[in-house]
Amino acid sequence: MTEHPSYDELTRDFDWSIAEKELGYNQGDVINIGWYCSDRICIKGNAGKTALFYEGFGGVEKTYSFNDIRLAGNTIGTFLRKLGIEDGNRVCLFMDRIPELYLSFLGILKIGAIVQPLFSAFGEDSLFVRLENAQTRAVITQKKHLSKVRKIRSKLPSLEFVIIVDSIKPGELEKGEILFSLDEAVPVEHFDIFPTTAESPSVLHYTSGTTGLPKGVKHVHHSIVSQYLTTKWVLDLHDDDIYWCTADPGWVTGTSYGIIGPWSLGATQCVLDTGFSAQAWYGFIEKHRITVWYSAPTAIRSLMKAGDEVVRNFDLTSLRHLASVGEPLNSEAVIWSQRVYGKPFHDTFWQTETGSIMITNFPGMKIKPGSMGKPFPGIIGTVLDPVTFVPIEETGKAGLIAFRPGWPAMMRTYWRNEEKYREKFVNGWYLSGDRSTIDNEGYYWFIGRDDDVINTGGHLVSPFEVESALLEHPAVGESAVTSKPDEINMEVVKAFITLKPGFTPGPDLELEIMNFIRKRLSPIAMPQAVEFVDGLPKTRSGKIMRRVLHAREWGEEVGDISTLEND
Amino acid sequence: MEENALNEMKALVRNYVTKEYIDDDDVTITNDTPLISSGYVDSFSMVSLLVFLENKFKIKIPPSKATPEAFDSVNSIVALVNQYLNK
Repeated sequence: MTEHPSYDELTRDFDWSIAEKELGYNQGDVINIGWYCSDRICIKGNAGKTALFYEGFGGVEKTYSFNDIRLAGNTIGTFLRKLGIEDGNRVCLFMDRIPELYLSFLGILKIGAIVQPLFSAFGEDSLFVRLENAQTRAVITQKKHLSKVRKIRSKLPSLEFVIIVDSIKPGELEKGEILFSLDEAVPVEHFDIFPTTAESPSVLHYTSGTTGLPKGVKHVHHSIVSQYLTTKWVLDLHDDDIYWCTADPGWVTGTSYGIIGPWSLGATQCVLDTGFSAQAWYGFIEKHRITVWYSAPTAIRSLMKAGDEVVRNFDLTSLRHLASVGEPLNSEAVIWSQRVYGKPFHDTFWQTETGSIMITNFPGMKIKPGSMGKPFPGIIGTVLDPVTFVPIEETGKAGLIAFRPGWPAMMRTYWRNEEKYREKFVNGWYLSGDRSTIDNEGYYWFIGRDDDVINTGGHLVSPFEVESALLEHPAVGESAVTSKPDEINMEVVKAFITLKPGFTPGPDLELEIMNFIRKRLSPIAMPQAVEFVDGLPKTRSGKIMRRVLHAREWGEEVGDISTLEND
Repeated sequence: MEENALNEMKALVRNYVTKEYIDDDDVTITNDTPLISSGYVDSFSMVSLLVFLENKFKIKIPPSKATPEAFDSVNSIVALVNQYLNK
């Protein structure tokens, strides 16, 4: 059994310089995540160690050592430089979880450019607003996603290059499209890594809010300090571990803990790029003897639904430590995992904006099933009164989760939206947008969002974005989007719609609207239920009252409806 | 069910899946092509496929039966639909 230093001890003596020292970083030094995740591990004598086991659909397997990923990063970086991509340029990764995604991540950072990872299931509208906002100069993608890029290309003057990493016939390439095969490229041994420093931008992840367009969360190279230490302490990753983070790098978990954390520690990680099934996942754990597994409540609940019997068909004894992120982990899931795997899932709480784990059930610390745990050492957290924004002293009273800024992985701004960024801070606290209580032992208990943003399967969906897209459908007069409870995804998108004259509600129109949003935005944003209504609840000033619909869906009290417009 | 009717049903589902979920023109869906485990149809999109089946065949498939395994190929989808036809 692994011995862990006590949480109290680590908290008492904590300073981020612990991580900087281990990384060999001194203030003012060059710090480049691409170098730290590959070259440094090779210099430390682990060039031959496996960095990545990849398994795709149909049994495709690839293995890369740390020297392989170092060379791949150099090669991709060289290719991008030859195109004229420079430091500070945004390069989007729009790919499934194929090796090129992980390797390009390193290559982009090595030239000082900014990685903009986007979920490959995004539809053309979702893709467009994010590329336009970032003024992205190049997109690296696969042939299967090329049609979505082509549809919006003419509206994106900043987008000069579309790089396709798999097979496409040269005659099929359009202007500005380039074929790049890593397998066929000559590996680049010597490479001048761009001398990024602590505050140089590194990764630009997009996240959804209640209103307005998605926001680009800017992170910097110094974030590696947080990601390194939280991976080591919270995910308890050791030298001999085999690690599996199930998150897609289109989302922040997939980069902070699916690339930077494990590789900065020189750990071996596995990637499974197939659709979900309990058999496939358990088979993957068994085959690779995975020891540390970082997953999400939606996946865990899907595994629970698949039943206990299937677990017995696999040897999962290699598992040593389990952790979860994305949405609150219900106590039943923690208790279930203890029963079937012999290990509990450790819930962790953090966000795209925080860049690294903030609240956690620390290894070795008593787990309270259903609780998010306690703040990571060095993180000053509290819950604030929602009116005064002053910390609540009373145990068990609900408030807004807030943190004192200052940890290395904290976002530096919202891309081209400084005003929204400033709104995230009150009285010197960063407002997370989530609510919780704190019990008498300092454990946080999640209550819910403080806004209308929908967290479905661990992904944030903006009701505003869905409503805006719905209005583009010819049949839709008005719409209000909220969530409804879901056994697996915690909540899913539901749309209330009034129709324009001449359109008749019915199941075929419902399906048409669902598919319309799925293709425009993403499958995650697709309403899983559409209700046609004669009118929507509004204030006297005409603002749609989503909370009335939300309360109805969740069987909650509607609250104050004195401003509700009379029929 | 007669073989002709069964084949027609499979063609209907196959064409719908190809039209709605496959972006790559070079990908050909057969009745055996894995849909969920291959990642062509994700768990969120599966809901729209379920709605299509229920609308088209005027059936109601219980949520407990709408599993990734049952939706993993045209063949398995048609087998599932057949269980609820004429019920």
